[in-house]
Amino acid sequence: MENVITTFRQLYYVCKEQKKTIYDAALDYEVSKGEYSEYQIRMQAAKSLNAMKEAIKTGLKSTEPSPSGMSGDDCYKLQKRFKSENSILGKTAQKIMTYALATSEQNLRMGIIAACPTAGSCGIVPSVIIAYAEDNNISENDQINALITAGEVGRIVSVKMALAGAVGGCQAECGVASAMASAALTQMRGGSAKQIINAVALALKNVMGLTCDPVCGLVEIPCVKRNPFLAIHAVTSSELAMAGIISKIPPDEVVDAMEQTGQLMSPLLKESSQGGLAKTKTAIALEKNILK
Amino acid sequence: MRQSSIIDIISPVMAGPSSSHTAGAVRLGLLARNVYNAKPDKVTFKLYNSYALTGKGHGTDKGLLAGLLGFSVDDYRIKNVFDTEQAKQINYEFEYFEDFNRHPNAVDFVFEGGLNMTLSGASVGAGEILLTQINKFSVNLDGKYNTLLLVYEDMPGVISAVTGIIQKDNVNIASLHCDRSGKGKDASMCICVDGELSKHCLDEVSELQHMYIVRYIKKLES
Ligand code: SF4
Repeated sequence: MENVITTFRQLYYVCKEQKKTIYDAALDYEVSKGEYSEYQIRMQAAKSLNAMKEAIKTGLKSTEPSPSGMSGDDCYKLQKRFKSENSILGKTAQKIMTYALATSEQNLRMGIIAACPTAGSCGIVPSVIIAYAEDNNISENDQINALITAGEVGRIVSVKMALAGAVGGCQAECGVASAMASAALTQMRGGSAKQIINAVALALKNVMGLTCDPVCGLVEIPCVKRNPFLAIHAVTSSELAMAGIISKIPPDEVVDAMEQTGQLMSPLLKESSQGGLAKTKTAIALEKNILK
Repeated sequence: MRQSSIIDIISPVMAGPSSSHTAGAVRLGLLARNVYNAKPDKVTFKLYNSYALTGKGHGTDKGLLAGLLGFSVDDYRIKNVFDTEQAKQINYEFEYFEDFNRHPNAVDFVFEGGLNMTLSGASVGAGEILLTQINKFSVNLDGKYNTLLLVYEDMPGVISAVTGIIQKDNVNIASLHCDRSGKGKDASMCICVDGELSKHCLDEVSELQHMYIVRYIKKLES
């Protein structure tokens, strides 16, 4: 049996002592558990990556409204603006925002997406991996390695906290997706295990307490627009980590704090649509129109 | 509890928008299809609570039907399932209810035809599902294991006879769930196994006396 990996600290020591990358340490550990082979995991990662690319491609071209009619043309608007006006954040960031919106709008249209870690947060990891890969000639294999790195981050967080809005609020969905994306990005940029794990801690600290209060009970408002926000958030945390900035609170303690925060959050703000944005005047009016 | 794997985090590839309300619905439909295992004259889907309320916006109705037709969670046809040839060939209906004694994401499948059967289940979170009731029996089917489902006349020795037959296949039993309507009346058994049961084993179980329903329900692909 390999060393057990259920914390970021354990992951870091395995990488350090055995001179492994995070994705190799993660794969070795998965294989040692006996349920999946390395081949099966790589195949699933390739399948998900492929679905992510397809969702972006289709989403970029579509303006079809969601079944509720509340959204569907935001990605179009963003692309139109970027045609005439560059973002102050630069070309890759522009792409990331666009891809994140394209994916989550595709999700609303009942298009095919890869849940990562959930359907509501499905635009964050792909937008960061794929936009960066396109602009920096990252091979397919390295994209898969980045996705496995992201998966390992989600897996370790999920040991302590279920990745579901109903349990931990949106910090557990879009928040964790952002930490996963920042790890993937830091991996693709050649960051060390230490930098990757720091990127995770930095990202998670900044989403603490994020509510899940979807309007009309649909995975739509605020979920769709939250995807481009948290994708850029992932870039910020990767930049800080690549600069050698350290999270003063170690990543495992950040996860503990997050789990506790999730428990302390009122059930009214955890996917029940009984509070927050879901109970605003406008949301209630929308509810009357949509949930007839 | 089983620790999650990287695979659980970066998948499934699915039709959006919700793992519980869309992908979960497809999986419930797939499982119901495997349990009923015949072509019904009519199916009524009864959706409860959040499934009823937000089902339209999440495509829960489409997901349930698509699963029943055998479409997998990542089938691009789910979105337009009502227009598919397969859907036109069956007779179905949706009904919506509020009942707080039921799970927020509960559904009943009412099958009519050569065999009448009512299945109840729920989407219990993150794409995970559970069928909890078949006709009047409580069951425990989550689609994660190959499962042998039996309905039979309650009498002494049936459980050991069945497990004895499975033993001969050298297959490990992961869990066993029994229920009955009363002493000496109908009873049900759900046996989840780790491997595959052979045709021979299933035949032997079917030949046991007083077996009404014998179904081998394959685990769902995740
Ligand atoms: S707000 Fe809630 S439903 Fe929307 S993405 Fe976040 S956790 Fe999911």
